[in-house]
Amino acid sequence: MTAPLPVLAVEGLTRAFGGLVAVNNLALEIGRGEILGLLGPNGSGKTTALNLMSGALRPDAGTIRLMGCDIAGLPPYRIARLGLTRTFQLVRVLDGMDCRENVMAGLVFGRPHLAAVDINARTATLLQRVGLGGQEARLACELTYIDRKRLELARALAPAPDLLLLDEWLAGLNPSELVSGIDLIRSLRDDGITIVLVEHVMRAVRALCDRCVVMSGGRKIAEGVTGSVLADKAVVEAYLGGIAADA
Amino acid sequence: MNARLATFALLTAAGLSLMAMVPYLANAYWLALGISLLQYTVLATAWGLFSGPTRYVSLATTAFFGVGAYTVAVLGEALPWPVVLAVAAMLGAALAVLVGLSTLRLSGVYFVIFTFGLAELIRQLVVWFEVNKSHVLGRYVFVPVTQALIYWQLLALAAAVFALGWLIARSRLGFALRIIGEDETVATHCGINTTIAKVTLFVISATVMTLVGAVMAPRWTYIEPSIAFNAMISFQVLIMALLGGAHRLWGPVLGAVPLTLLFELLSANFPNTFTIILGCIFLVIVYLLPRGVVGLIERRRETSVPVQRRLPA
Amino acid sequence: MTNAILTGLMLGGMYALIAMGLTLQYGVARIMNLSYGEVLIAAAFGAQGLFTGWALSPFAGLAFVIPVAFLLNLAIYRVLLSPLVRRARTRDALEVDSILATFGLAFILQGIMLSMFGGAYYSYSYLASPVHLFGETIAANRLAALAVCILLGGSLYLALTQTRGGTAIRAVAVDPAAAQLVAIDVARTAAFTFALGGALVASAGVLISTFLTFSATSGVVFTMKALIVVVMGGVGNMLGCLVAGLLLGVSEALVASLIDPGLTLAVNFALFLVVLLVKPAGLFGRASR
Ligand SMILES: Nc1ncnc2c1ncn2[C@@H]1O[C@H](COP(=O)(O)OP(=O)(O)OP(=O)(O)O)[C@@H](O)[C@H]1O
Ligand SMILES: [Mg+2]
Repeated sequence: MTAPLPVLAVEGLTRAFGGLVAVNNLALEIGRGEILGLLGPNGSGKTTALNLMSGALRPDAGTIRLMGCDIAGLPPYRIARLGLTRTFQLVRVLDGMDCRENVMAGLVFGRPHLAAVDINARTATLLQRVGLGGQEARLACELTYIDRKRLELARALAPAPDLLLLDEWLAGLNPSELVSGIDLIRSLRDDGITIVLVEHVMRAVRALCDRCVVMSGGRKIAEGVTGSVLADKAVVEAYLGGIAADA
Repeated sequence: MNARLATFALLTAAGLSLMAMVPYLANAYWLALGISLLQYTVLATAWGLFSGPTRYVSLATTAFFGVGAYTVAVLGEALPWPVVLAVAAMLGAALAVLVGLSTLRLSGVYFVIFTFGLAELIRQLVVWFEVNKSHVLGRYVFVPVTQALIYWQLLALAAAVFALGWLIARSRLGFALRIIGEDETVATHCGINTTIAKVTLFVISATVMTLVGAVMAPRWTYIEPSIAFNAMISFQVLIMALLGGAHRLWGPVLGAVPLTLLFELLSANFPNTFTIILGCIFLVIVYLLPRGVVGLIERRRETSVPVQRRLPA
Repeated sequence: MTNAILTGLMLGGMYALIAMGLTLQYGVARIMNLSYGEVLIAAAFGAQGLFTGWALSPFAGLAFVIPVAFLLNLAIYRVLLSPLVRRARTRDALEVDSILATFGLAFILQGIMLSMFGGAYYSYSYLASPVHLFGETIAANRLAALAVCILLGGSLYLALTQTRGGTAIRAVAVDPAAAQLVAIDVARTAAFTFALGGALVASAGVLISTFLTFSATSGVVFTMKALIVVVMGGVGNMLGCLVAGLLLGVSEALVASLIDPGLTLAVNFALFLVVLLVKPAGLFGRASR
């Protein structure tokens, strides 16, 4: 019996900015339906890693296989069409458009086989799904912070991605929003979506992630099942006891 | 909805046929004014077609206009008129593909700078070619195209450019461009090939501009590069479109009509203050009317009907 | 050939000086100033007026033109441009606004000069005696202008790299938000730098007036060249400016002497395009993707 193909397999991924190697020889794998936590202190290269995977940045070296197909160096629009979508650390929605159009943006250009779906129905379902039901006509710029994040997530979910990259999607939420946010992401996983979760909120990491990869200074310093990784001495040291301890 | 569309189509048809009558009714002066109005309306609308959604400030209008005009100067007598127009359109489109592919991947400022000099670049090349290779500078345009015919062709172009704009706004391309205008990074991550989208629209807009140049060429009996590639056209079209409001299809015409009349008046009576007024209009646009006349109208509407502003589509 | 290269180097040095002011204004104050060439021409007219009216040598005239240009540009920034900076939500929005506003300014300045001086070309004869150098003959005014140009550019470079104020300016150029965090008054630095750029281009205008003919409408050519040099050298990069300026000057002079003087702008643009296609961030800029 052959092992199932990982949704994402990264090897030797490297990218430098001038003299600073932001991502250094990173390797990781994610199986279908898994939530992988990508952790690390500020500036450790998490966002850069996501940028490399989604095509926003071109890697200096390394391979990135999405469902077995090498996507390293492809432009973002091709990667999106292959089934990888993302949200941004600083939430990006289309301010001048309403919620319906924001979701449609993710829907109509994404994947060819979705061309036949009923766009209005699917948009309504997606907005419902993230907790923005019935808000189709609201302008994105009128939404609150958490709703903007929800809208961005709906856009990323629109093309039914194989892999979803979330960059600190739960950051900046108040405690009750955090609870509903965690539930939402868990429900996505239950629907079979594979997720890479970059997160500083350790409560969410513990609640959601099956496995974690920890980065520091661009390198992978630990990897494994969430509980044991978070207890790892090197990891605690990398965080200087700060964030890991308070969780 | 369909009834409204039918009424709209009917009204448009009536308006167009009325405008088509102008050459029979007006004397030479008014016909010339009509030609100017149509010329700038088409140019400004074509400008807005590309720059409105993408927010790239293009100063390439003159370049395309000039390519059209100069194509007529060179080929006008050799080929039948429709073929001349077709060749001009193809040259304009080819130039737009080249310029678009090389500059639209870059940031907006580089695009402005490049288009700023494009007309001058082409003019220098044409002059150099004419002086050194074909040994003529300046050509006579003898083609059997009357003023009335120019007017009708421009009217047809105007109808075409509005129809095109209407269709694009309802197409995938139009939606893609609005997303690009909002946030290009998001657009690419949504699966939009932003380069193709922008270049496509740029080519459409440039082809229309080239055709305007070609259609207008017979108006001069004598054309030399400095007439065909007159940098002022780019600036005039730019402020017309922005004054009207380039984010709506019918915005640029609201700037083109009053400014054409104003420029006509100025160049006849106060040639020296022309540049100063042009500069002041730029400042008015930036400080007082950032979304143009259209923005003003939209704001008025919003304040009078605050609640019903956006109904679910 | 030697003559062409010498002329090219001299032109190039001048372009570098012109572009230095623009790279400051764009790199630090974030204003893409398209009325730049008009300021240059206004200064040229000023020098010409001082010379013909009061027999004041252009180099002495600098002492008058530089402070006036500094104050005028400061006023322009404070009155016209800082409102745009304050209202801009994104860098792109500011870019479009500043492009349009400074285009307006350019046309107004040009219109004023047109109504004062008409469309005719102006020049005056100052230090026009020939000098022999490397077996070639060069007008003394060009050499003198080049010397002052090197002096100005060099002292500016030193001031930016060696002084506290200069370091603050470079910090704002790299990252305004971070500069704010280390107690740099970004708004004031931007205003000061914009004015400094204006003073620089005005001094270039004075120098150019000693050996080139100019008219009320020739500003736009200088704007174009400055823009090309700035982009080629990498925005905000002084050394890039120098290299790109020299490259532009030499290539231009070579083409003018070997092929056709009418093709100078075509050459500028060809160079510009090649650089943009190969290194979109400029010769000395960083890659962005
Ligand atoms: N475009 C860029 N140009 C230059 N340096 C960059 C760029 N993007 C990131 N860096 C640098 O790379 C390093 C890693 O940054 P990155 O944003 O990937 O960190 P991060 O792990 O996401 O941090 P945080 O938790 O604060 O979001 C940082 O030192 C950052 O300054
Ligand atoms: Mg990050």
